[in-house]
Amino acid sequence: MDDLLREFLTESAESLAVLDLELVKLEQNPNNPDLLGNIFRLVHTIKGTCGFLGLPRLESVAHASENVLGKVRDGELEVTPEIVSVILKSLDRIKSLLSALEQTEAEPAGDDTDLKDQLNAIAEGKALPKAATPAAAAAPAPTAAPTVVEKQAEAELAAAAEAHAEASRAAAVAAIEEQAAREPSVAAQSIRVHVNLLENLMTMVSELVLTRNQLLQILRSQKESEFAAPLQRLNLVTSELQEGVMKTRMQPIGNAWAKLPRMVRDLAHELNKKIDLKMQGAETELDRQVLELIKDPLTHLVRNCADHGLEGPEDRRKAGKPDTGRITLDAYHEGGQIVIEISDDGRGLPIEKIKAKALANGLAAESELASMSDEQIQQFIFRAGFSTAAQVTNVSGRGVGMDVVRTNIEKIGGTIELRSKAGRGTSFFIKIPLTLAIVSALIVEAGNERFAIPQISVIELVRATANSSQRIEHINGAPFLRLRNRLLPLVNLSSLLKIAGAADKKTEDACIVVTQVGKHTFGIVVDRVFDTEEIVVKPVAPILRDISMFAGNTILGDGSVIMILDPNGIAAAIGDAGMSHHDQSAETATAHASTKDERVALLLFRAGGDTPKAVPLALVARLEEVDVKAIEISDGKPVLQYRGKLMPLVTIDPAYSVKTEGRQPILVFADGNRSMGLLVDEIVDIVEERMNVQLGTEKTGLLGSAIIAGKATEIIDAGHYLTVALDTWFDPDKASADGTKSDAKRILLVDDSPFFRNLLTPLLSVAGYDVTSVEGADKALALCEAGKDFDVIVSDIEMPGMSGFEFAEAVKSGRWQNTPIVALSAHTSAKDLDRGRKVGFVDYIAKLDRDALLNTLTQTITTRGAA
Amino acid sequence: MSVLEKTNSGTSNEAPREFVSMTVAGQLFGIPVLTVQDVLGEQRITCVPLALPEVAGTLNLRGRIVTAIDMRRRLRLPPREKGASAMNVVVDRGGELYSLIVDSVGEVLSLPAEQFERNPPTLEPHWREVSFGVYRLENGLMVVLDVEKLLDIKRAEAA
Repeated sequence: MDDLLREFLTESAESLAVLDLELVKLEQNPNNPDLLGNIFRLVHTIKGTCGFLGLPRLESVAHASENVLGKVRDGELEVTPEIVSVILKSLDRIKSLLSALEQTEAEPAGDDTDLKDQLNAIAEGKALPKAATPAAAAAPAPTAAPTVVEKQAEAELAAAAEAHAEASRAAAVAAIEEQAAREPSVAAQSIRVHVNLLENLMTMVSELVLTRNQLLQILRSQKESEFAAPLQRLNLVTSELQEGVMKTRMQPIGNAWAKLPRMVRDLAHELNKKIDLKMQGAETELDRQVLELIKDPLTHLVRNCADHGLEGPEDRRKAGKPDTGRITLDAYHEGGQIVIEISDDGRGLPIEKIKAKALANGLAAESELASMSDEQIQQFIFRAGFSTAAQVTNVSGRGVGMDVVRTNIEKIGGTIELRSKAGRGTSFFIKIPLTLAIVSALIVEAGNERFAIPQISVIELVRATANSSQRIEHINGAPFLRLRNRLLPLVNLSSLLKIAGAADKKTEDACIVVTQVGKHTFGIVVDRVFDTEEIVVKPVAPILRDISMFAGNTILGDGSVIMILDPNGIAAAIGDAGMSHHDQSAETATAHASTKDERVALLLFRAGGDTPKAVPLALVARLEEVDVKAIEISDGKPVLQYRGKLMPLVTIDPAYSVKTEGRQPILVFADGNRSMGLLVDEIVDIVEERMNVQLGTEKTGLLGSAIIAGKATEIIDAGHYLTVALDTWFDPDKASADGTKSDAKRILLVDDSPFFRNLLTPLLSVAGYDVTSVEGADKALALCEAGKDFDVIVSDIEMPGMSGFEFAEAVKSGRWQNTPIVALSAHTSAKDLDRGRKVGFVDYIAKLDRDALLNTLTQTITTRGAA
Repeated sequence: MSVLEKTNSGTSNEAPREFVSMTVAGQLFGIPVLTVQDVLGEQRITCVPLALPEVAGTLNLRGRIVTAIDMRRRLRLPPREKGASAMNVVVDRGGELYSLIVDSVGEVLSLPAEQFERNPPTLEPHWREVSFGVYRLENGLMVVLDVEKLLDIKRAEAA
């Protein structure tokens, strides 16, 4: 059922219940104006909503009742039991129509003339026709309502008073029973809750999230804790609660659009235009209150597009455009905001007309206009009392124009921008901030202070160093970075925020947070990048509200307060001029379009030879660059003093010659407490690519080759290097002692992708597991048949043949029913999670989240051991 | 404010009023005890760049974010010496919490109305703006601060 309709039914059921009561009260106190006012209002609302939803029959009945009530309210009529009866009767009619509506989702056919005639007669002050005595009033003429039969029977019996009374009683009883039987359904499925209650809930959940974060932070600093498992559960429950509470306040924006297609159709008719309305992102959710507030501005804008923006078919043909004009509505989330784009492909804003109008209305002098850019002139349409429609039509041009739209949007903290090209069309961009939201943010440091940047506007992180290809260059003092054939303007966060002592700091070695705001991309230079954290955006104190750089503040897991940067504010501070106008949207669009494929962030580097090499970024713990002189030789192998320990270093192949001076970039792979470094020539880039590895390489240390960024690239086997560095380093005997690893936990790895099998097997082996890997569920089950036992099964979800879900079900019903299964998947949606838990997966891990995998395995095995 | 005005003009029958006393750069100040939410020792304060100079930063009070006001700056007194201890007096203003950073916090004083006097005319205008008046105590004079005005910091003033 349509949401609107459902809401209407719920609301009307409530109103009608109140009305019944109030009318009976009114009969007893006919002169109570408050009662009357309330009754009138309720009936009026029902009428209004019916009209809005296009329910003519209901509307006409409600309208006739409203008329009578209006007269009573104005003192033209006096409340008599007759009037109350007739009105109650019309309410009953409305109820029966509503119940039919609920069942069929359409108004039943039929005619209410009888009832309306009675009502109108009363309204006109005529005495009721003779038949309309209370007795007859209970016996209306036939209708198509569900109670027809009884009523008809009743009407025939009207003459015989005795029989009539009985029948009417029977009818009444029947009607009541019928009603009682029907009432539950829709009305009972939802309840109304005051928004304040939800708001309080939200605040409380926010606090809970913060406390949870604090607890998790404490947990992280403790190696082994008995709180780990319950805290994990608390973590999950909190996240779900948070999501649930957020959902209670959210509604898809499509609700506000529901009536637009009809409106546009009618407009097209009226204006003799052909208009095609396209709506995208209707499922974008936003806060209910905000939704209510933008309904009118949106309607107005669409109406404007249809009336002013689009030309008639003739003009369009002349301009070489298709007859049918297009209005596009698009909604999406961007940088913690909701953006609604309303665009048409019409004639664009007429600059000359606007100028003339501005002049005529005294908004600007001619000399001022002459010096204004087209964009500035276009802004006049947002000024009060401005309308360019040559004539005032029914549709627009009544003086309540764009200024009202803008005021309404600004009231809720939003902005409206416009872009217009003569002959090409006009686009409006409405941005509405998402207050109350819990967002994921990147924590960075600048000038010894930490700040949060909303993750949603961060595209990538780039590390710039003085002597690599990625270095910061200056043009007249302004810093820039060459990034993939583009020039990225940079802004130094410390100097932007005027943090003392930051100005003299050299920014040659820096982290750059590549940020996107709207269509603009720029880099924020920070000293350090920490982690991402889920944060609750809290508004800043009023005293700080005029600082546009901050979107809010929050409390981190460690209890400290930090400011949340507002990328929009920063963009504004840099000014449009400093912005890269490169159309990033096309790039991001393609990046988003194929997220369904297994896209993996890869670190590209060069080492030994010209062929670029790559390694999944998730496997790399850190990137370091050290002076070659810091590398020492111990036991014939290169090592580095790193974070208070000796870190073994390996080269890409034994033939690789280490530089003798300068700086040496190192990829650091970590495994628990141990880490090792891979010496490389140069770190080239980070790309997100579909990894299509073609196997068959003979070379050790390579998984194979793939085409990445248009070039044949060798994918290195990080696991191999870990084994080379760590196994021989820490436990030289281990390699030969395979047979004695009896106490090692046994893992069965099921994955159809040879790439992942090759990647994970060495990783898990190094972590001390005894790994058996198979390429399909059937092979795994064959092992089960063969009597093999494992401590944990790690399985992929998407596999040809038997899927992970089916495999889990099979395992749970077989000999391995007590063996825990951990799911491994490229995409984890909430639905997958649910399904996974149902079929018996103990946990769900994103592919390539190595730490999570190892943690989960440890936990799963411990839990099982304890059980 | 109206209550205090009454106190000033009223008779000695008025109940004594209670103030939290505090010192800033050697001067004794008092604020009505009911406006004080909390008194805290030295806190970790996060600086807020670009904020008014009077704003020392923000701090976390049991999950609520509190804006800290440096009272020395607010009252145009010399900055605190390095290493000198400080205290936070947390007050509520229209649902928002603010912390006044002072040198030390003394006891709660219950003071009879007849010891109160309106701002003496010679008091510096800047101070007069943020205070109700002065209590004559045995061991000195205590300036009663108007928290509302104290927190109404304007950007122009800072310039």
